[in-house]
Amino acid sequence: MQDLVISPGLAKNFRRNFVERIIEIGLLLSAVVAVFITSAIVYILVVEAIPFFQHVSLYDFLTDTVWTPNYSIKHYGIMALVSGTLTTTIIALIVAVPLGTITAIYLSEFASHKTRETIKPILELLVGVPTVVFGYFALMLVTPLIQKIYPDLTTFNMLGPGIVMGIMIVPYIASVSEDAMRAVPMAMREGAYAMGATRFQTAIRVIAPAATSGIVASYILAVSRAVGETMIVAIAAGQQPNFTFNPVESAATITAYIVSVALGDLEHGTVGYQSIFAAGLTLLIMTLFLNILGHWTRKKFSERY
Amino acid sequence: MAQQGKAKSLKDLNEIRSLIKKHKKNDFLFAATGMFVIASLTITLIILFLDLIIDGYPKFNLDFFSNYPSRRAARAGILSAWIGSSLVLLVTFFVAVPLGIAAGVYLEEYAKKNWFADLIEINVSNLAGVPSIIYGLLALGLFVYTFDLGQSILTAGLTLALLMLPIVIVSTREAIRAIPIHIREAAFAVGATKWHVVLHHVIPYAYGGILTGVIIGMARAIGETAPIITIGALTFIAFLPPSPIMPEVPFINFEWLDSGFTVLPIQMFNWISRPQHAFHINAAATGAVIIILTAIMNGAAIKLRYNVRKKIKW
Repeated sequence: MQDLVISPGLAKNFRRNFVERIIEIGLLLSAVVAVFITSAIVYILVVEAIPFFQHVSLYDFLTDTVWTPNYSIKHYGIMALVSGTLTTTIIALIVAVPLGTITAIYLSEFASHKTRETIKPILELLVGVPTVVFGYFALMLVTPLIQKIYPDLTTFNMLGPGIVMGIMIVPYIASVSEDAMRAVPMAMREGAYAMGATRFQTAIRVIAPAATSGIVASYILAVSRAVGETMIVAIAAGQQPNFTFNPVESAATITAYIVSVALGDLEHGTVGYQSIFAAGLTLLIMTLFLNILGHWTRKKFSERY
Repeated sequence: MAQQGKAKSLKDLNEIRSLIKKHKKNDFLFAATGMFVIASLTITLIILFLDLIIDGYPKFNLDFFSNYPSRRAARAGILSAWIGSSLVLLVTFFVAVPLGIAAGVYLEEYAKKNWFADLIEINVSNLAGVPSIIYGLLALGLFVYTFDLGQSILTAGLTLALLMLPIVIVSTREAIRAIPIHIREAAFAVGATKWHVVLHHVIPYAYGGILTGVIIGMARAIGETAPIITIGALTFIAFLPPSPIMPEVPFINFEWLDSGFTVLPIQMFNWISRPQHAFHINAAATGAVIIILTAIMNGAAIKLRYNVRKKIKW
C-alpha cells in the first residue's frame, strides 16, 4: 500500500492557515479582555458589598443621613456622601455648562479654521492636567482667593473644588458639543444666512436646536466626570462626611470617602472596609446610569439629515 | 398720499437699519464673549502652571531628584517617587499597548458584524466612562486580595494598564478605520494572508495614530492618583525597588515587580495633606515635574497627530 503523500505545497498551506487561526484567536482573546474587565468590576464590587449589606440594611443605607463608620455608634447612610457629590457636581456644572457651551459655539460657528486649530490643542492640554494638580490649585489658590471676598469660608469647602472641577470639565463639554454642531449640514447654515440671519442668530436658532442631542449628551458626560472625580475633592473639600448642600461647608464625596479609607488602615474583612465597595457600587451605578442616558440621548434624539 | 407713502417706507428702512445694527451688535458681543471665555481658560492654564513653578522654585535642584522623602521638608526629595513612577509605567506600557492594539485590530479587521462584536464594543466605550477610582477598587479586590499580588509595582502597573486600555483601543481603531480598503485589496490580490496584511500594511499605516493614543494614555497614567491610593500604595517610601538590570547573567531580574513603591502624584498628595507650609513647596515642585512631563507628552501627541493628518494622502 502506498503511503498517503501530502505535497509540500499543501503542507505549507495547512501550516499557514493554522498560524492564521492561532493569531486570530489571540487577537480575539485580547478584545475579550474588555468584557472581562467590565464583568470583573461588577463581580468584585457586588461580592465585596454583599457582606456589607448583610450587616447594614439597604433601607438604612439609602435613607440614613449620617455616615460614621469610625465612631462607636456606626451609621452607614450613603446620603451623607451623595450630598457632597451632588453639591460639588452642581457647582462644577454651573461653571462648566455656560463656559463649555459658549466655547463650543464660538469654535464651531465663529472661529476661523486657523483659530480653531490653535485653540483645540489648548483645550487638550487642559484635559491633560492631572487631577492631583487641580486639587493643589483648588486648595492653595482658589479657596484663598474666595476667602478674600468671603472671609468666613473654611479651608476645606465644596465651593473652591467645585469651581476647579468645573474648569476641568469645560473641555469635555466644549469638544463633544462642538463635534455635534459641526455635524449639522452646511446647507442649514447657508439657508439661515440667505434669510439674512447673523452668525449669532444662526447659531442660537438653527444650529443649537439641530445639535441638541449632542449638546445634552455632552452635559451628561460632564456630570458623569464630575461625579467620579476624586482627587480635587479629596484634597480640597475635606474628608469628613457631612449631610449638607451648603457649598461653603466642608463635606466628603463618595470618592473622597474611598480615598480616606484607603489611606487609613482598616483591616480586610471589617464592615468599614467593605463599606468602600458599597460606596463604589453606588458610584458605579450612578455613572453607569449617566453614561447609558448620554448614549441613549445621542442615539434617540439625533436628527438625521 | 405719495408723500405719506414715501415717509412710511423711509421709516421702515430706518427701522430695518436699526434692527440690522442691533443684530450685528449682538453678533459682535457674542464673538467677544467667546474670545473672552477662551482667553480666560488659557490664562487659568497659565496661572496654574506658573503657580506651581513659582511655589516650587526653591526645590528645583538636583538634590530634590536624588533625595528620599524625609520628615524634614528641606531635605525631602522625589527619588523613590520618580523611580516608582517609571517602573509602574514600564509595566503599564508592556501590558496595555500590545493588548490594546491587538483588541483594536481584532475589532476592525477580524470581527464580523454580530452581537458579539457589539458586546465588546459596548464594553470598551463603557470602560472609558468608568471613574478611575472604580478601577482602584477592582484592583484592590482582584489583584491585591484574589490574585494576592500585594501592594506592588506589578499591581499598580496592571491597574493603570486597565485604565489606559480603552484609550489605546479607541485610537487604534480610529487609525485603522482611516486606511482605505484598496490598500488591503492590493495586498490580498498578490496572495497575502489576513495577518500579512495587518502586519505589513495596516499596522504600519496606522502607526502614527496608534502612537498618539499611546502617548496620551501614558500621560494620563503618569498623573493618575486615585486608583493607586485605593490599592493601598504606601506614601512614605525611603528605599528603592531592586534594580531591573543586573551586572551578571541573565542581566535582567523581575524582583522589582513585587516591591513596594510610591509614585509622583501620590508623593505630591502626601505633601499637600501635611499642615506645614514647607511641605507644600515640595508638593508644588512635584506638581511642576508632573505637569511638565504630561504637557510634553500631550504636546508631542498633538503635534504627531497634526503631522500624520498632514502627511497622509491616499
